[in-house]
Amino acid sequence: MCAKERYHAPNIAIQANNLDGYQTKTIGSIMPINSIFGVFAKSPIQPIQMHMDKVAACCDLLVPFFEASYKQNWTEAEEVRKEISKLEKEADVLKRELRLTLPKGLFMPIARGDFIELVNRQDKIANTAKDISGRVLGRKLQVPSEITQDFMVYLQRCLDAIKQAQTAINELDELLETGFRGREVDVVTKMIAELAQIEDDTDTLQIRLRRKLLELEQHHNPVDIMFLYKILEWVGQLADHSELIGTQLELILVR
Amino acid sequence: MEILSSYGSMLVIFAAAVGFLMAWGIGANDVANAMGTSVGSKALTIKQAIIIAMIFEFAGAYLAGGEVTSTIRKGIIDASFYVDQPELLVFGMTAALLAAGMWLIIASYFGWPVSTTHSIVGAIVGFSAVGVGMDSVVWSGVIGIVGSWIITPLISGIIAYFIFMSSQTLIFNTDHPIQNAKRYVPLYMFLAGFILSLVTVKKGLKHIGLHFTSNESLLLAIAIGVAIAVVGKIFINRIKIDPLADKDMHFANVEKIFAVLMIVTACAMAFAHGSNDVANAIGPLAAVVSIVEHDGEIVKKAVLAWWILPLGGIGIVLGLAIFGKRVMATIGQGITHLTPSRGFAAELAAASTVVIASGTGLPISTTQTLVGAVLGVGMARGIAALNLGVVRNIVISWVVTLPIGAGLSIIFFYMLKAVFS
Repeated sequence: MCAKERYHAPNIAIQANNLDGYQTKTIGSIMPINSIFGVFAKSPIQPIQMHMDKVAACCDLLVPFFEASYKQNWTEAEEVRKEISKLEKEADVLKRELRLTLPKGLFMPIARGDFIELVNRQDKIANTAKDISGRVLGRKLQVPSEITQDFMVYLQRCLDAIKQAQTAINELDELLETGFRGREVDVVTKMIAELAQIEDDTDTLQIRLRRKLLELEQHHNPVDIMFLYKILEWVGQLADHSELIGTQLELILVR
Repeated sequence: MEILSSYGSMLVIFAAAVGFLMAWGIGANDVANAMGTSVGSKALTIKQAIIIAMIFEFAGAYLAGGEVTSTIRKGIIDASFYVDQPELLVFGMTAALLAAGMWLIIASYFGWPVSTTHSIVGAIVGFSAVGVGMDSVVWSGVIGIVGSWIITPLISGIIAYFIFMSSQTLIFNTDHPIQNAKRYVPLYMFLAGFILSLVTVKKGLKHIGLHFTSNESLLLAIAIGVAIAVVGKIFINRIKIDPLADKDMHFANVEKIFAVLMIVTACAMAFAHGSNDVANAIGPLAAVVSIVEHDGEIVKKAVLAWWILPLGGIGIVLGLAIFGKRVMATIGQGITHLTPSRGFAAELAAASTVVIASGTGLPISTTQTLVGAVLGVGMARGIAALNLGVVRNIVISWVVTLPIGAGLSIIFFYMLKAVFS
């Protein structure tokens, strides 16, 4: 009996659609007692904001991770990597729950497909962060000390892009309040433009870093260098995916 | 005739008891739909909602319930078919009450949201068409009523859409939403008070001995509207604007102002619900009482017995006082995503539509009208997510209710006929 209850516990969040659980002696359909309030489905807006917060928190850990790797402190790096992986998993759980709150037949101010695409793009950021830390730790890869500082600037700028995307996602509830019209749309449009600007910056920074790496590469292990290029690319993808969140939001706004 | 003279008072008492139970059931079930929006958006506590509902449901039933009661009582069936056999009308109306009451209990048990209006209209049409003859039903009247079931949700949806859009333009999409909310929210309060009192004064006060000319009723309605707006303004000014609350959601303070407005629209909703739905319980009872009182004569211009409207009103109030709390508590937890600014738009639109329908004597479904209004706000991109599947189920259960109400009422009709003849 007790075990059974415990088994059902994790489903509570998923069943949130059906909060009017009063007298759920239903035949066939799930319908609260003589009440129309089953009409109101669970809003996906807060969950998507929580997901984005989780993703941003996960990526922020890349800074302590790379700092540990410079110090060659691989045990610390491994700790941070574990934390990144944990947050990425939590984001995955949130993503799954979010998708389950979005059955077909929902009537939303945002098209269901657009919404799911938004979550997918958010999720890619966390996945990329996990891949970066995994690859660096796996090969005990070190960014050459000559470009460490530039790399950190680059990484920070990519994280700025994530933060900007997060700010824009956090405006979703305000957008809902204003019926996706008017001033609030202008506010978010500006945020998206700034996000594109940040992403542009990261491209420039990446080109500069690649150029510097090209000058250094003969002094280093060629395989490491190959992977370093890969890491630069992946870090850049953090910003790319963030910008894609912006373009997706833009699409939602013009509907 | 002998049946009526020998069993008349017994039949009246029986019909009154069933009618009272019906009203009780309407209070227990439907009121949750009418008040749930306010409770769900946290504008009112459950206790406050019940007190408001008790006062305004009763007021609506007593002051503005007359027209719809008269439609249920004599607008659906052609009384000339019953002149020679008035006892059949008495049996039929009692059977209709029993049928609708029974269906309400069954549906509540399974948790289906059915419309009491639909079941009572289906039941009356049922016994008359089958028990007496197809011609005894005023089909043009029935078509009008059924048509109103399609049109009223549509109208209330459109009104809700525009009310919501106007609140966006006047308040949310401006540079100073808080100041504008303080300025314009009393205007909506005026609107709610004005529409409700205008319809009531024009249509409903004859039976309590008040007569007004058009101009007088207009002035009275304006006066009531202004009074409500002024009181509302005082309450709005007392709200503490908390700049910290705007940190997460910078419309948090605006919503606080709308919460005051929601108290007004909740009153309006309860009033409108009382005015329309009380007839479902007491319309058939009124017909029974009128026939028995006149010794079997079916009088066209019969005055509603004085005790009938209050009986329905008290039934509704008792129902919601005893059971409404439980129903409302579950709803209160359910809809956390409905902010006062949306709830108000839906409630104001639904209440206006229902009370206007009540004024014209159309028995419509309050719940249906509210669903229409909610969808209207949804169309204006105001609500995060609506379950269209549930909307579909609601519509299906309403359609199914008509033949079931009719079928049950036919069975009860023949049973009563067999018992008394």
